[in-house]
Amino acid sequence: MPGPTHVQTTINGEEVDFLCEPRQSLLEVLRDILGMTGTKEGCNDGNCGACTVIFDGRIINSCLVLGVEVQGREVTTIEGLATADGLHPIQTAFLENAALQCGICTPGFIMASKGLLDGEVDADEGRVRHWLAGNLCRCTGYDKIVRAVLDAGQKMK
Amino acid sequence: MEWIDFATPKTISEAVELLASKGDRAKIMAGGTDLIVQLRGGRRSLDLVVDGKQIPELNEMSYSAQNGLVLGAAVPCYRLYADATISAAYPGLMDSATLIGGIQIQGRATVGGNICNAAPSGDAIPAVIVLGGVCHIAGPNGTREVATEDFCTGPGRNVLETGEILVSVHIPAPQAHSGASYLRFIPRNEMDIAVAGVGSSVVLDASGQNFVSARISLASVAPIPVFAKEAADSLAGKPVSEAAIQEASEKATAAATPISDMRGTIKQRNHLVGVLTRRTLNNAVQRARGG
Repeated sequence: MPGPTHVQTTINGEEVDFLCEPRQSLLEVLRDILGMTGTKEGCNDGNCGACTVIFDGRIINSCLVLGVEVQGREVTTIEGLATADGLHPIQTAFLENAALQCGICTPGFIMASKGLLDGEVDADEGRVRHWLAGNLCRCTGYDKIVRAVLDAGQKMK
Repeated sequence: MEWIDFATPKTISEAVELLASKGDRAKIMAGGTDLIVQLRGGRRSLDLVVDGKQIPELNEMSYSAQNGLVLGAAVPCYRLYADATISAAYPGLMDSATLIGGIQIQGRATVGGNICNAAPSGDAIPAVIVLGGVCHIAGPNGTREVATEDFCTGPGRNVLETGEILVSVHIPAPQAHSGASYLRFIPRNEMDIAVAGVGSSVVLDASGQNFVSARISLASVAPIPVFAKEAADSLAGKPVSEAAIQEASEKATAAATPISDMRGTIKQRNHLVGVLTRRTLNNAVQRARGG
C-alpha cells in the first residue's frame, strides 16, 4: 500500500510542506493536517460552498480538490485575508452589514466574494447573486450578504 | 473514501498504460467534481486515480474559423467562457458551460468529464451533440473517434474500453447562418440538476427564412442523453414557422422516455421537452439570424 505523499505548495503566500494520503481532500489537509480551521466543512460534496478557497486565482470547493493536487500551486484561504493592519475590506463589510449569524458559511462567502471582487469591484446585485449561487446560508436570507458584498466592492475601489 | 493511490502522468501513453494495467480498479479524473463525490459516497471503489490534468492534449483549447474547436477533456468550464472568441463562436455551448453547478464547480468541472460521467442529466452533453461534437479517444489499441450522440451507453456508462481515455472533443466550426441553444428546467435559478434539458441547433438558408438542417438533443428524459434525430430532421427544408417548430417539439416529446422520480413526473418532463424544444429552436433561429 502506498504511503503518504509529500506535497509542497504555497498557502496564503507562504511555502508549506505537508504529508497527506491521496484520498484526502484539500479541505481535510487544511483543517486536519495544517490546523487551518477557518475553512469550513458543510456538505462535503460540492453543494454548499462553505469550504470555498482560491486555488490559482479561481474559487473552488476545497472538498472537491485532492490535497495532492495542490503540489506547486497557490492556495488562498480565509486566514490569508486580514493583515497586520486589520481586516480585509470584505471582512469589514460583512461585519458592518451584519451579513452573518451562525457564521459557518461566512468564510466560504467571503472567499467567493473575493474571487468576484478581485476582478470586478463594480459587480452589480444580479452579478453578485449569480456568483454566490454556489454558497448556501441557512440564517441570513442572503440579502445582508449581498449588500455586504456590494458595499465591499465600493470599499475596494 | 477507500482508494489509495494517485498518479500524474504527463503523456497519453503513460496514462493509458496505467489505466490498462489496473482495469476497472483505476479511473481517470479531470475536474473531479463527479468522481471525488462518487468515491467519497462509496458509489465507486478504486485503487488508483489517474489525474488527466498534466497531459498537454487534455488541456488543449484551440479554435479556428476553419477547423472549429478542439476542447481537451481536462479543460474546465471557466476557460471556455473566459475566451471571447470561442464564446462568440459557440453561444449554445456557453449556455451549458455557464450553468453547470456554480462558479466554484465551473472552476474545476470539464465538458469532457461531463460527457464521460454519462449522467442522463449532463448539461454539456446535448449542447455538444447538437453542435456535432466528435469524441477523440486514445487507448491501448490506438485512437478512435465516436460521435458524441453514440458515446453514452447508460447512466454512468460510456463506450470507453479498459485503458481508453477521452482526449478531446472536436466541434466543427459554426456554419454560416447557424445557431444553437441549450435550456434546462430546474426549480431553483442555479445549482441544480435538470428536471429536463433540451439543446437545439439550426442551419438556415441565406435568407434566414428556411431551415436547411437542425439537431435536437434531450437531457434527463431517458437513461442516456437523447439525440432526437427524427424531430430535428422534420425541420429540414421547411420555412421557419411556429407550425414547423411545434411539430418538431411534438416529435422531440415522442423521443423522450422519462421516468417519474423526486425531480419530476413523466407528465411534467414530457411537457417540459415540448416547451424547451420550442424555446431552444426559437433561440437558435434568432442566433442564426445574428440576433
